[in-house]
Amino acid sequence: MQHTGPVYRFKPYNVGRWVVWGVYALLMLVAPMLWGSSLALTMLSQMGIAVIACLAFNMLLGQGGMLSFGHAVYSGLGSFFAIHTLNMVTKGQLSLPVSMVPLVAGFFGMVFAALLGFVTTRKAGTPFAMITLGVGELVWAMSLMFPGFFGGEGGISGNRVVGQPFLGISFGPQVQLYYLIAIYAFVCTAAMFAFTRTPLGRMLNAVRDNPERVEFIGYNTQYVRYFAFIASGFFMGISGGLSALNFEIVTAEVVSALRSGAILLFTFLGGAVFFFGPIIGAVLMVLALVLLSEITQAWLLYMGLVFTFMVMYAPGGISSLIMMNLRVSSFGKLRPLLGCYLALLGTGAGMLAGAGAMIEMVYHLQLNVALGPKLKFMGATLDATDLDSWFGAAFVLLVSVGLFELTRREFVRQWGTTQEEIEREIKKREALA
Amino acid sequence: MTSAPAIELRDVRKSFGKTEIIRGATLAVAAGERVAIIGPNGAGKSTLFNLMSGRFGSTSGDILLNGTKIDGLKPFEINRMGLARSFQVSNLFTRLSVFENIRCAVLWSLGYKYAFWKFLADLRDANDRAEQVVDMIKLHKRRDVLAMNLTYAEQRALEIGITIAGGASVILLDEPTAGMSKSETARFVNLIREVTVGKTLLTVEHDMGVVFGLADRIAVLVYGEVIAFDVPEAVRSNPRVQEAYLGSVLADAQAADAQTAGAQAAEAVR
Repeated sequence: MQHTGPVYRFKPYNVGRWVVWGVYALLMLVAPMLWGSSLALTMLSQMGIAVIACLAFNMLLGQGGMLSFGHAVYSGLGSFFAIHTLNMVTKGQLSLPVSMVPLVAGFFGMVFAALLGFVTTRKAGTPFAMITLGVGELVWAMSLMFPGFFGGEGGISGNRVVGQPFLGISFGPQVQLYYLIAIYAFVCTAAMFAFTRTPLGRMLNAVRDNPERVEFIGYNTQYVRYFAFIASGFFMGISGGLSALNFEIVTAEVVSALRSGAILLFTFLGGAVFFFGPIIGAVLMVLALVLLSEITQAWLLYMGLVFTFMVMYAPGGISSLIMMNLRVSSFGKLRPLLGCYLALLGTGAGMLAGAGAMIEMVYHLQLNVALGPKLKFMGATLDATDLDSWFGAAFVLLVSVGLFELTRREFVRQWGTTQEEIEREIKKREALA
Repeated sequence: MTSAPAIELRDVRKSFGKTEIIRGATLAVAAGERVAIIGPNGAGKSTLFNLMSGRFGSTSGDILLNGTKIDGLKPFEINRMGLARSFQVSNLFTRLSVFENIRCAVLWSLGYKYAFWKFLADLRDANDRAEQVVDMIKLHKRRDVLAMNLTYAEQRALEIGITIAGGASVILLDEPTAGMSKSETARFVNLIREVTVGKTLLTVEHDMGVVFGLADRIAVLVYGEVIAFDVPEAVRSNPRVQEAYLGSVLADAQAADAQTAGAQAAEAVR
């Protein structure tokens, strides 16, 4: 079986990949036509920005095994450089199309990643995480020390409508900016995906899996981490630049640990294992930050609960849940599990309703007592001072917790047998091959 | 003038704290030679490998690779100069496939360095070389399986594959057959012989069958010193080696006795 000459392998035209990328582009193209309200347009724009940020962050987390606690520093600094560049263009000190401003931000994100990353990437693992935390605090402190550049409390504002419109595009209307963001998001996604298929990208995976061995196959792990960090900083910067154009104001908050935390949390929620996971995470981030925070004051508490459950039960995030089920379905064994999924969904919703009602009543009593004891929750009127409401909510919660646990056990059993069947099937196919 | 030895140790010493593990080891292995390093437990065999491959720095003495001093260099620098090693406990890229594991090990030697402007799929030479190595270690049927899902014997084979893939001229194998069954070991020795043709091979081994089957010369390491370095027959009849091994056998027996005695004493107290 020894090959002596070059190995020829049949490489079919990868139809699946073209379809996936096509759908991705199409979704970005038609999204504003499907959801045309100004709120939806704002959210879609933010989603595009978040997609770039989460994917760039995942270059480190998912592909390099580097947990950065201060990654908003690079998008944030990108934002500041973008808004200053924009203001220089406005004053006529600089001639640059507005659509190029994010690239300037990307450049500065890269420069600062090269500068600060030189320190952080000397270490891996926990020391790396600690140093990024330290660097994040450092930049945050600096933002308060240099009001000239960071704008102090009020931040720096700008105006993205500069100069003559080009082909009628002034970036004044939100939809025009959305398409600029969509183009950047698509190109950046493609570029970051391409990165995973290059020698450096693959060695980054190797460094994640086993840094020690990498040293013994000729690579300096520190350099691999450092170069990946710089690349990540570039894309973070672009995302920051787009966000500066989108909001037309940049405050010190963009380099804060809070922002870094949100990126980390939602990247994880979407799933760091698969390339597309952070895209899902980014969409969820904007939904949660914009919509959920409108619906309920307790949204941070719900986010915390969801995050805790995900880490406990599905550490691979939503993307790995999807991929696991795709695997099951590719073996044609998804149908028997559907019943379980429905039951899980139903009892889960029951739990959410019960717990949600109680949480909302507590929040109502604490914060909105002046509005009277009554509140609306999922179409029902609850009385936060009435025992009946509390008993009702507790009853719903307890019953659905019990039922959920029962279905969960049944599901785990069924899932196990399905997996065993699949393993057997694979063995059988291998034997035939 | 004769060419420099492929790898040479000159009075190498290594201390961990106050304990001296390697006490003036001296050894010169000619290019193309297959050498087995044997010795009782704790003699410092693995430490010696760690010194040669740059995992630890030596306390004193010189280590030369093809006549160039390599002590004090980083592992990746030594690797780039043509020395590769395997590990006693499989040290793989667990979440990458067999093929990807091998391809990673090939990249530097083909000069791709930290390239991010080239696609892996387009690197014909790297892909061909990786396929070839996967075939050599007989894992072509498991090409796309993640390293973490391989059987133990397959992982050991992949360990060797990663070591040889970069085309290093000096190969260090740290107990390549550890934990394998008799029949697996026999197959594995053949495999090692096949994949290290024309290379300088140093291996640490406990299995005497493997040692005598594989090695041109045997180095005996006892308490951090090379007490014998010769062809197998000569080593077998060397009185110092016999003494060392007998000594260690006696020591083991004594230790075992002491343990049982201790256990009995404890029993009695109870």
